[in-house]
Amino acid sequence: MSTINFEEIFETKLAKNEMIEPKDWMPDNYRKHLIRQISQHAHSEIVGMLPEGNWITRAPSLRSKIVLLAKVQDEGGHGLYLYTAAESLGISRDEMLDALHTSKAKYSSIFNYPTLTWADVAAIGWLVDGAAIMNQVMLQRTSYGPYSRAMIRICKEESFHQRQGYEAMTRLAFGTPAQKSMAQDALNRFWFPTLMMFGPPDKESPNSDNAVKWRIKRETNDELRQRFVNQTVPQIEYLGLNLPDANIKWNEAKNGYDFSEPNWVEFKNVINGNGPCNKERLNARVNAHKNGEWVRAAAAAYAKKLDDQTLAA
Amino acid sequence: MNHHFKYLLRLADNSLINAQCLCKWTGHGPFLEEDLALTNIALDILGRSKLLLEHAALIEGNGKSDDDLAFHRSEREFLNTKLVEQPTPDYAYTIIKQVIIDSFDLNLYKELSKSKDDVLAGIAAKSIKEITYHYRHTSSWVNRFGLGTEESNQRAQNALNELWRFTGELCETDETDEWAIKNGIGCSVENFKASWQTQLKNLFNESNLTIPENTFMQTGGKNGIHTEHLGYILAEMQTLPKAHVGATW
Repeated sequence: MSTINFEEIFETKLAKNEMIEPKDWMPDNYRKHLIRQISQHAHSEIVGMLPEGNWITRAPSLRSKIVLLAKVQDEGGHGLYLYTAAESLGISRDEMLDALHTSKAKYSSIFNYPTLTWADVAAIGWLVDGAAIMNQVMLQRTSYGPYSRAMIRICKEESFHQRQGYEAMTRLAFGTPAQKSMAQDALNRFWFPTLMMFGPPDKESPNSDNAVKWRIKRETNDELRQRFVNQTVPQIEYLGLNLPDANIKWNEAKNGYDFSEPNWVEFKNVINGNGPCNKERLNARVNAHKNGEWVRAAAAAYAKKLDDQTLAA
Repeated sequence: MNHHFKYLLRLADNSLINAQCLCKWTGHGPFLEEDLALTNIALDILGRSKLLLEHAALIEGNGKSDDDLAFHRSEREFLNTKLVEQPTPDYAYTIIKQVIIDSFDLNLYKELSKSKDDVLAGIAAKSIKEITYHYRHTSSWVNRFGLGTEESNQRAQNALNELWRFTGELCETDETDEWAIKNGIGCSVENFKASWQTQLKNLFNESNLTIPENTFMQTGGKNGIHTEHLGYILAEMQTLPKAHVGATW
């Protein structure tokens, strides 16, 4: 009698760049790694609705209000695809939300910074979504099928969001002196937190061998960060804004810009819950869930009544 | 004020203030799917308000834009009904308020799709499709709240008791409405008032909810006499354009 070696099948699929699907056998640590990564990505989308959502009721024109509302809704949609992708690995939505609400699960630390002015909304679209795309483009070819397919759709929408953000920034940078100074202030405040989105420097980054092997990660944090800076500096120059870091300088030898390191002590503090809005973001999510409890209970009770009636009929 | 302009402005303001209130739930909904659904409804209504304000601005004909009308009028110049500006302290208020608006608007915009004002008729035809979905959504929540749990029934009943006094204004007719009816621009609410009320009564009855009786109906919004809530809604909505006069966004 021949035995099937599941691990071998899994490895062969990876080697042939084929997708792993929910019903396929997969190693436990592959499943665990994906559940953690996808659920934390989903949480980032949902928490990410809050800083920009903060300006929906104050958007300064009807068009910008519509654009922002649709954008924040897109983020919610991304959260939904991602939660669903994670569910296909055998974890429930309730378990994932519980991990978020009890701070066991993390989300992107960028959303723990406040949106103080309208320009911050533009800066988030332009810089934060721009950085997110760089991180996420490689995930379109990740090995887990549902995650890969979710990311293909998410990346399309994110690149649209980035253009919307840059457009809004353009209007400010070429607007009145007050608008331009609002744009500069937002760039100054969001620059380093955005650079932190790529994670700690490679020399301090935990070993990511498996992540590379599983096609969950393809480039290092520092490579992605450098690419982001190279792409963004000319955009800042086009806008006529001052560079947010005095050390940004073209380096012919490396064919890229030199720039200052972000403050990694601040990064660790924000990750550990001490950022300017960690408490507010988490409270907002917990309160929404708590205030919605009776709504979900009503829906469940009503669905059960309908089921009972169908059974009785 | 030109009757045609005023008639359009009332429609636009009802949509704008309704959407502005709905927007507050985005990111804070009771669960993710419902958050997305309500935001979708808000987007439709906000889009309609923009179309109506653009058209109203053209009819007014003094070079103002849709944004000028939305962001540079004061409390007394807004002509929405009092119902749309009412706060929604819980999700039952949002659903009860919205189901009243959706059921009314579904009837109203069906009539308006026959308007001699082609632009208004076009906006109305587009809106009917959207409002049909909105009503399906909000009326299904009325069923869930009314027949779900004791708590949800109580919350929905409280909201209905509080909000019903603002429904009378929806059916008021004044000289602007009469002008619009006479000229084929607008429609008579009398054409659908009875069937609208029956529709709502049936929905609430089947959901074990009761429309309060002998309610004294509030009025005034259509003529710019609002509840105190509108001032705060506008203060929030208009803050940037008022602080940066002349700026474009």
